[in-house]
Amino acid sequence: MSGNLLDISGLSVAFRTKRGPLKALRNVSLGVGKGEIVGIIGESGCGKSTLINSIIGLLPANAEKPSGHIRFADEEIVGMPEARLQQLRGERITTIFQDPMTALNPVLSIGTQMTAIQYRRTGSTAEKRRRAIEFLEKVRMPDARSRLDQYPHQFSGGMRQRICIAMALLTEPDLLIADEPTTALDATLEVQVIRLIRELQRDIGCSVLFISHHLGAVAELCERVAIMYAGEVVEHGPVRDIFRDPRHPYTRKLLECDPGRVLEPLARLPTIGGELPDLVRLPQGCIFEGRCPDRFARCRERPPVETVRPGHEAACYKARELVNP
Amino acid sequence: MSDQLFDSDRVSAGARWRDSTFMRIVREPMGALGIFLVALVVLGALFADFTGYSPIKLAMRDRFLDPSLAHLLGTDHLGRDLFTRVLHGARIALGVAFIATGISFIGGLVLGMIAGYGPRWLDSLLLLVLDSLRSFPTVMLALALVTLTGPSLSAVVLVVVIANLPSYARVVRAQTMALKATEFVLSARSLGARSWRILAVHIMPNLVGPLVIIVAMDIPVVITIEAGMSFLGLGVRPPTPSWGSILNDGYAFIRESSWPAIAGGLPIIIATLGFTFLGETLRDHLDPRLRQDG
Amino acid sequence: MSPLLEVSDVSIRFPAGNRIAAQLSGQPDFIEAVSGVSFALEPQKTYALVGESGSGKTTLARSIIGLVPLHQGRITFAGETISNLSESRLRRVRRDIAMIFQDPVGSLSPRLKVRSILAEPFKVHGETAELERKIARLLADVGLPPHFAERYPHQLSGGQARRVSVARALALRPKLVIADEPTAGLDVSIQGDVLNLMHDLQARYGTAFLMITHNLNVVRHVAERMAVMYLGRIVEEGRTAAIFKTPRHRYTTALLSANLKPDPDAASQIIEAEGETPSLIKRPSGCEFHPRCSFRLPVCIERAPAEQRTAADHRFSCHNPA
Repeated sequence: MSGNLLDISGLSVAFRTKRGPLKALRNVSLGVGKGEIVGIIGESGCGKSTLINSIIGLLPANAEKPSGHIRFADEEIVGMPEARLQQLRGERITTIFQDPMTALNPVLSIGTQMTAIQYRRTGSTAEKRRRAIEFLEKVRMPDARSRLDQYPHQFSGGMRQRICIAMALLTEPDLLIADEPTTALDATLEVQVIRLIRELQRDIGCSVLFISHHLGAVAELCERVAIMYAGEVVEHGPVRDIFRDPRHPYTRKLLECDPGRVLEPLARLPTIGGELPDLVRLPQGCIFEGRCPDRFARCRERPPVETVRPGHEAACYKARELVNP
Repeated sequence: MSDQLFDSDRVSAGARWRDSTFMRIVREPMGALGIFLVALVVLGALFADFTGYSPIKLAMRDRFLDPSLAHLLGTDHLGRDLFTRVLHGARIALGVAFIATGISFIGGLVLGMIAGYGPRWLDSLLLLVLDSLRSFPTVMLALALVTLTGPSLSAVVLVVVIANLPSYARVVRAQTMALKATEFVLSARSLGARSWRILAVHIMPNLVGPLVIIVAMDIPVVITIEAGMSFLGLGVRPPTPSWGSILNDGYAFIRESSWPAIAGGLPIIIATLGFTFLGETLRDHLDPRLRQDG
Repeated sequence: MSPLLEVSDVSIRFPAGNRIAAQLSGQPDFIEAVSGVSFALEPQKTYALVGESGSGKTTLARSIIGLVPLHQGRITFAGETISNLSESRLRRVRRDIAMIFQDPVGSLSPRLKVRSILAEPFKVHGETAELERKIARLLADVGLPPHFAERYPHQLSGGQARRVSVARALALRPKLVIADEPTAGLDVSIQGDVLNLMHDLQARYGTAFLMITHNLNVVRHVAERMAVMYLGRIVEEGRTAAIFKTPRHRYTTALLSANLKPDPDAASQIIEAEGETPSLIKRPSGCEFHPRCSFRLPVCIERAPAEQRTAADHRFSCHNPA
């Protein structure tokens, strides 16, 4: 898939642990086009943090060198020298995280922080402040000019997340990575933040990689989505296809479990029984086999990636059969 | 949210010993050195009686002898074997260190917990008392106390306790107040647990770790206080050998021989360094683990 | 059936900021985290308190179990007044009301093994006969294998820790369990586990549940009745099915639509609540939701709406209901 801004192909990352190498990501392939909003849905242990860290080149010390490719524009990120990575980070690839308070320095005013991140640009401090105010207004912060010199603790949680969004978009990056940005927010705030991200994305034209386990948020914001389970991408495709016609058993079970999906009140809610597999001693065959309601004999061998329709793929032998009634 | 958890409880016994705190400390050069030095001091204190000499009996014919096989550190101005006196001094140093530290630890723990968990008025009262004590410079405190009680080992212990206990109590108080607000303490209260139970079962076990580290790091200071007070004549009275008094005598007779002074100073350096190295390595190993465990 | 728990006109205040400065400047020196709240809970049923941050739901829950004193009002449990009791009298009450706290791992004492954590309710209330058997039974009740008794909280996953909390809450077979955000921090695929567990235990032991949550999607499946809270007040209250079918208060409608459905075509139907929850120090005038309400009328700014009741025991306070 050339022409993509971000092209991850065959990415595998393992960590050195006492029990042996922990294979956190295995053969992950994902593409984000220019100006596209792509979602990643995954629960704990799916490897999304490892994936983000791989993209921005911030894997921890016990990570072995990744195999596979991460192409960003025309450059290869795997093996990129730190100096070049630093040029990309904060300028062309920016991130927002779940907890805005840990992303903001509590002892500096937000104005100081927002001008500091523009260090690569020439221009006076006054110009940088003006730009900071401009972006605070874009995220709909009231009284942006006077609040620029306030400190993070003087803002509410929702406001802080907006500040983080403003900071992430200040440099007009090519790619914004949002890691669970709304998970800690109230539902009414989540709606606002999602709409804000969508508006700003249209305004600036950046690509967005939106990671969340809130199915509703992804459905609202994203054009395409990849579903990750225990270090693999098990299904990906256009949002409408995935939510309306999921073809991988994990995706199907996950959607079933979302209580918002179940329209009639139930006495017992659906769940996915069993536990995550051991990523040090990987099972042979399909990674979801242990918990899959549709497993059969062939699942002992790793399933191929089946194409359900153009742009929609699922790693399951039964991908073409599992059609919703 | 943790990720996957496995039955990795089944780690071999050999691996557990290899991984235990003691072995990890030994593997660090500073830790190994610390243990070695501290072991020297402890063994010295234990075997002080086996040198064959008395620490206090005079032997005026053997004054100011240089070190030899018979007298490993030479003799002092009264002909007494310095090595024996130093070993006996180790007993005093370690005794004061552990007794005074122990009292400060327990006292600080109890008072800190009461201040942190109890009613506001009690907290304010305790803080008043503790802060007043803390504001005395140690030397002046020592002088004032000794004027009242006369120089003795107890005076030294008392000075150390007054100097250290308030700081420990403050740290414990702060930690207690933080722990009081945690969900597991609230949970215990919601079960109906009484205050003493909450303090004993839920709060104290989480306080002890950090406090032990702080206290361990203070042992070198305590040794120094004891030596200092004895040097000034405010501690143990002659002829009982304390490193500080050996040093003082050595200083007085330095023109006759430098060995008494060295004999007094050297063990202080060894003990202080040893405990410092040990304490620092202990802290480095216990702290990050505490953060992980908690 | 007479209610198991009755909360009558409860208000809870906390001191705020510098009292002298406040008195000088004429501003209030307290915040009212819970204001004039009344509701009733039937035995063996589940009741949900729904609201976002700042709604006062957690504070209210904690006051029921005596961790927070009331400024005003009364709470009765099984006919007895339990509000503002002394600690020693509360101990008896705490045998019959148990609470599950929000943080699954953080609500378990980090230095104790699961065995000691589960033993605690029995020890506190002096019922230590056959302790080992009781602990084994609790673990089996919540579907945890016996060797989990030897684990420490940091060795448990979120779901496993949550089960331990449930087990601990049910140790003395209380009449009421207050569950504060039982699904918080849990993956969607295992949220159902905890809720199903609570449902099964309710059927088996006849426990009533008071569930505090901001997750409306879950409420619909587990609670017979619910109350929606905003800024410390109840804005709408009634049977869950009725509220989901015909929500009246404008905050309820905004909240319902904000709980985004995993359906890409549902986007157009979202009613947005503008802005954020205001601070409790400066409560808005009139109807306290008016600054965020897309349907406000001039009267909403001036006057707080009176409570209305529909025939089916569904009450709400709104000048311009849906």
